[in-house]
Amino acid sequence: MRFSGTEELFERRTLPLGDMARFLRHVHIDGPLLSGLLLICGLGLVVLYSAVGENMDLWLQQCVRLGVGLVALFVVAQVPPGVMRRWTPWGYAAGLALLALVLLRGEIGQGAQRWLDFGIRFQPSEIMKLAVPMVAAWYLHDRQLPPRGAQLLVIGLFIAVPTLMIGAQPDLGTAILIALAGMLVVVLAGMSFRLMILLGLMSVPGAWLLWRFMHEYQQQRVLMLLNPDSDPLGAGYNIIQSKIAIGSGGLFGKGWTNGSQAQLEFLPERDTDFIFAVMGEELGLFGVLSLLGLYMFVVARGLFIAIQARDTFARLLAGSISLTFFVYVFVNTAMVTGLVPVVGIPLPLVSFGGTSMVTLMAGFGILMSIHTHRKLVPQ
Amino acid sequence: MRLIAPIKDHHRETRLFFGRVLLASFFCVGLLGLVIARLIQLQVFDYQHFTEKSLGNRVRIEALPPNRGLIYDRKGRILAENLPAYQLELIPEQVPDLEDTLRRLAALKLIEREDIQRFADLSRRGPRFKPVTLRFRMTDDEISHFAIQRPRFPGVDFQPRLVRHYPHGELAAHVIGYVGALSAGDLERLDPAAYAGTAHTGKTGVELFNEDKLHGDTGYRQIVTNARGRQVAADSRGLTQTLLENESPEPGDNLYLSLDLDLQRVATKSLQGRRGSVVAIDPTNGEILALVSAPAFDPNTFALGMSTSEFNALQFDLDQPLFNRAVRGNYPPGSLIKPMLALAALETGATNLTRRTFCRGFYTLPGSTHRYRDWRPQGHGQIDLHDAISQSCDVYFYEISRDIGIDGMHTYLTQFGLGNETGIDIVGEKKGLVPSREWKRQAFSDRPNQVWFPGETIITSIGQGYMLATPLQLAHVTATLAMRGKRYRPHIVAASENPITGERNLTVPEALSGVEIANEFYWDSVIAAMHAVMQSETGTARATGLGAPYAMAGKSGTAQVFSVAQEEKYNEKDVAERLRDHALFIAFAPLDDPRIAVAVVVENGSSGSRVAAPIARNVMDQYLGFGDAI
Repeated sequence: MRFSGTEELFERRTLPLGDMARFLRHVHIDGPLLSGLLLICGLGLVVLYSAVGENMDLWLQQCVRLGVGLVALFVVAQVPPGVMRRWTPWGYAAGLALLALVLLRGEIGQGAQRWLDFGIRFQPSEIMKLAVPMVAAWYLHDRQLPPRGAQLLVIGLFIAVPTLMIGAQPDLGTAILIALAGMLVVVLAGMSFRLMILLGLMSVPGAWLLWRFMHEYQQQRVLMLLNPDSDPLGAGYNIIQSKIAIGSGGLFGKGWTNGSQAQLEFLPERDTDFIFAVMGEELGLFGVLSLLGLYMFVVARGLFIAIQARDTFARLLAGSISLTFFVYVFVNTAMVTGLVPVVGIPLPLVSFGGTSMVTLMAGFGILMSIHTHRKLVPQ
Repeated sequence: MRLIAPIKDHHRETRLFFGRVLLASFFCVGLLGLVIARLIQLQVFDYQHFTEKSLGNRVRIEALPPNRGLIYDRKGRILAENLPAYQLELIPEQVPDLEDTLRRLAALKLIEREDIQRFADLSRRGPRFKPVTLRFRMTDDEISHFAIQRPRFPGVDFQPRLVRHYPHGELAAHVIGYVGALSAGDLERLDPAAYAGTAHTGKTGVELFNEDKLHGDTGYRQIVTNARGRQVAADSRGLTQTLLENESPEPGDNLYLSLDLDLQRVATKSLQGRRGSVVAIDPTNGEILALVSAPAFDPNTFALGMSTSEFNALQFDLDQPLFNRAVRGNYPPGSLIKPMLALAALETGATNLTRRTFCRGFYTLPGSTHRYRDWRPQGHGQIDLHDAISQSCDVYFYEISRDIGIDGMHTYLTQFGLGNETGIDIVGEKKGLVPSREWKRQAFSDRPNQVWFPGETIITSIGQGYMLATPLQLAHVTATLAMRGKRYRPHIVAASENPITGERNLTVPEALSGVEIANEFYWDSVIAAMHAVMQSETGTARATGLGAPYAMAGKSGTAQVFSVAQEEKYNEKDVAERLRDHALFIAFAPLDDPRIAVAVVVENGSSGSRVAAPIARNVMDQYLGFGDAI
């Protein structure tokens, strides 16, 4: 026991919650953030049980993954931000090496080379989801903000190399999200709006170039968004069925495990990319709004942690992680409701799947580390 | 390059960062608002639309076929029923290698080699989960044989289904007809919705004519299916919150035929080994008592579906077992028309009962040397109308035909119902032919030059030449003679019965326009002559009629198939079997209170009085209670 004597007497007069907060802080865990995450995961597990067709084996697999993710969160949270910062270049370099390895001799997985097999399979691009914003924050840590000129070019290079490597796998969705995570760091660091507008204008011919290099199925996905009804049993089928599922859920839903779209297999990829539609169908508008509320709470807490952070690396990284998380949520929900093209981004913490769960939890571990390793006085 | 790193302004940096986070938050809230707005649009405003789409996705309508009505004879004996039979079925999605499976089934003789491709196509066309029937009925041997082999045939199994069964087989096959698998042609004719669950439909006979009554009303039920169309248990998962609608099928009406099965059996037996037809009618109401066409076929083979080779064997049989001679066979009626011509002649004044003609065995038209021969080469000598009928003197009728004229003959024969469909409730009836000047002008090419020759009137008077009639028409005119001109539409269905309420709907006899001969004396005279045909010492059919326990009337007929040249003698033995004369006979009994009228046609039977008359006698004996116990 840590507490004894008068200290113990003193503690007894405080609220029990304070006890808990003190303990959590000691083990470098942020209570509100953890609560938010656990509520999302809990709700997610409930929905997932229905989405995997009440298959207990698959559901337990997901529980194990969640456990592994929480362990990762806890371990990462113990590492002080300063240590993370010093190890960042090495982590980034290792990530690049693994990506190169994937491109050289990656296994064939889902028609694309994304996996490496070291006893357990994992995607090196997952490392980059954290390594890219970290390296950008690391680079800007000692420099005067806002960044300008050559600094931006260097960071651009840091971002572009892994993005292009992942895009070549090809995994366009992840590549864009990783690039976004890096760019968010620069934006939060105060890059001038004039430059952002300029880059935005340049993105028009860039998009055209991108379109030229897209695989046909990727082009198809974008076209499908423009007119999903054109080929109802072909490429647009997913979006149409997903909209039917959500729309027919109404305010209160058809009831848990009672969604006809989901249970009778009209809804494709119901336990992965389209799990949000299962929730919309079975739990209705109130169900999905509750989940979105929880997501917003987590994002808000993350941004609060970023504002409270004491050094440049910590606040840029925390901000980027929080906003990237929001982007995941937005892109998935917007895709499932037919607002943006189907890009194959899972709903974070809820969709069935392994690697991304661990990465996300590690990211939240970083947030907790940042928040719980604060010194009272700025460095 | 700067040598000294610029001093970091922490305060300014914090403010800059805070501003950016605030800006990002606005963005987040905006984007989130977009998603929420979209959710509200889908789940609140378009809720109805998507609910219907979701229902339409998973609820399918499954048709429930009705049970086909049963068919009975007039005494309630079953003629067509529905029996459970084991069908061999194949479910495409469960068969690993379709071609190989079908080949191995053919090796087991469960299907024919020629049908492999047909079944393969059928299996690929429909939904993968829908069974394809390979055999409509398996024998016990086949079932036990297949049961042992079943593990080698995943996706193939036998299932109990209702199959149409005709317990009496060939007997009455042409009356009842048969059902067969629905063809593409049937589907164009029938309402596809009403036949959604039905596999068979009537193809001929009563089964075809009364398809509407027999079929019944298709029911339906709504079932819940998954995305691949497979039915899922409705109660699991509570996916049936919306009430699923059901409607039970309503069975088709049962039919009671006027047919007497015993009579049909006697008539069939009497025709055994011959080609021909027997039709018996109740003259008082037009009910068909027996309708035989020989040879016949087993209608069960159609209901069970036959292989191509089996069908071809039936189709190309020289004896044409599928051909319904009773309603579709056009035969020259021969001397059978003499009683009707006699009535016409009396009515028009072309002859009277005392007029006598000298028959010397042939007749020539004035100014011509062509001899129209009597059937008796030595002639009948002096002869009156009565004897001309009972002894079937041709010369007498040759002579009076010139006075009646072809148009007069046409008028009266048409009044009896010849030359037109009788309107029987069987599809495909032929109307025969009663020639006239007008008909001849229309029937041939080179119309302006088609004139009626006097010689054509002569041969028409003995039912030869152009004249044709079906056995059904002949039975109908016999009934009309028996009823002294009153005609009833022949019909085979006596009553229909709703199997649920038991309510019966009797067919009301339909009187047709009668024969316009008002003088009862004329009828008496002609019927007396027909009585003499059978029951006098000089009648042509005395061998059949004399000594019968009841009084009857009849007329024999022998129709040429093959023309005999002038100066040549028709010699039965010299003529190939299929070119011999057709034997015909009509009769009714009892004489005073007619209850049955019969027409018999025996193809190439040579002699109406010797071959056809005994058959008519057998049938009347059976019906009037003098038959040998069967």
